[in-house]
Amino acid sequence: MRIGIVCPYSWDVPGGVQFHIRDLAEYFIRLGHEVSVLAPADDDTPLPPYVVSAGRAVPVPYNGSVARLNFGFLSAARVRRWLHDGKFDVIHIHEPTSPSLGLLACWAAQGPIVATFHTSNPRSRAMIAAYSILQAALEKISARIAVSEYARRTLVEHLGGDAVVIPNGVDVDFFAQAEPKPEWQGETIGFVGRIDEPRKGLPVLMRALPKIFAERPDARLLVAGRGDEKEAVENLPKELRPRVEFLGMVSDEDKARFLRSVDLYVAPNTGGESFGIILVEAMSAGAPVLASDLDAFAQVLDQGAAGELFANEDADALAEAAVRLLGDPARRAELRERGSAHVRRFDWSTVGADILSVYETVTAGAAAVAADDKGSPGLMARFGLARD
Amino acid sequence: MTATLIWILVVLVVLVAIGLYLSWTAGRLDRLHARIDAARAALDAQLLRRASVAQELATSGVLDPAASIVLYEAAHAARQAEEEQREVAESELSQALRAVFADAQQLEIVREVPGGEAAAHELTEAVRRVPMARRFHNDAVGAARRLREHRKVRWFRLAGHAPFPMAFEMDDEPPTALADRAG
Repeated sequence: MRIGIVCPYSWDVPGGVQFHIRDLAEYFIRLGHEVSVLAPADDDTPLPPYVVSAGRAVPVPYNGSVARLNFGFLSAARVRRWLHDGKFDVIHIHEPTSPSLGLLACWAAQGPIVATFHTSNPRSRAMIAAYSILQAALEKISARIAVSEYARRTLVEHLGGDAVVIPNGVDVDFFAQAEPKPEWQGETIGFVGRIDEPRKGLPVLMRALPKIFAERPDARLLVAGRGDEKEAVENLPKELRPRVEFLGMVSDEDKARFLRSVDLYVAPNTGGESFGIILVEAMSAGAPVLASDLDAFAQVLDQGAAGELFANEDADALAEAAVRLLGDPARRAELRERGSAHVRRFDWSTVGADILSVYETVTAGAAAVAADDKGSPGLMARFGLARD
Repeated sequence: MTATLIWILVVLVVLVAIGLYLSWTAGRLDRLHARIDAARAALDAQLLRRASVAQELATSGVLDPAASIVLYEAAHAARQAEEEQREVAESELSQALRAVFADAQQLEIVREVPGGEAAAHELTEAVRRVPMARRFHNDAVGAARRLREHRKVRWFRLAGHAPFPMAFEMDDEPPTALADRAG
């Protein structure tokens, strides 16, 4: 099958959606499908052979922050050329509502289109203004995929229609077979994520730390992620600071080893999560997980069966649960076991097969993808001017 | 004199703009109807595939006679159903499949016979794809209905003689033994 995938975010900037697309593309290539990914990228960045650059993304203020987007004549022309050259059986657009390549591709293509909605942004003001344009483009999507039941609900509320839920994929064995690192073992609590992004929840964990460290004198916290380390420990009593270790950005291999090593993985995120891939990675590595009770997290953790949940933003509840888990090796072993079994459904072998099922469902009986001539064939035909 | 001419021109431009907009909307609607047709064809294909696999299993002699008869009856009814009874018949097939494969062991028995692995795999795929295809179909139907209920479409009869699209409602819950993706 010839598959075209559209990535809305710059290939040179690491991010969840980009990693998802990379893994998906490589999974399909391994199965022998032909895959081409259209992504924004600087012209001088080295790209894998299956990625086609759609030009550089332009930073513009959008939706309260600066987003790097692709739009305008040049990008639209590149999208058209890619569609025309690719002769795809199906195209898979990620984040079709972001005003970037996804929307452009949706606008420019006709034929079987599959779209994955990753984030669940509430409808922005711009989207309401552009609603009819957006709606006309989104109507072309034959199959919508939401990454979680939560993302699906928001999608249905804001855009109407329906979607199937297929979670994000993880290479479970990559994490399950990683080698633990002795210096990261021994009553360690793990945290992965941007330090200076409050939504990732490190401040909540910091507030809970004094209590945890008081009850568990040997416990340590390991933090993997970028950000200002001094600012992060500012409110922590001085004598506790040496028990917090910052590892900075870690490679994929080190992340896997990190998750394999820690005795408890804590995800104190306070919001803005539509899936929670890191929890799946932690469970794959066999780390017992303690997470805030966000909708998306509760679903990934099977409503608390595969990992423990605490009340969101409640540092005391976090401390209480962490102390209890650190002091109960039997419960942690149970969580490890349940997590490892539960996580199989997020493995690429399952997720990739499901996405392929979607492709096969929409391509059954449909023509291949082509560049859309902006509705003009219909118009021309109506005035009796059609060429064919 | 010139004022009248300008007015006529303005009116003409507005009329052309309205015409273009209506034509574009009609094009949108046309595309949606095409999408519904494709989605319906895909749904039919998946339903037929599910009924065929169920019927094959029922006649293979792998299942006990009672289960075979229940499954055969339901699969046969689903394949033969008239359009109006289709939703009910397909729902009954879902129920029959759930009843027969209520026990995960039943699936193991199927897997053990020669060729059973392939049959079990096909059935798993089929019960997974029917809800998918149905969701895509109903999504397209919903989008077309929302557009057709709009004033501009009703007043100018942009939908022509195309029948009002109907969602396909059925019970498509797969048997838990087949739906469990773990392991």
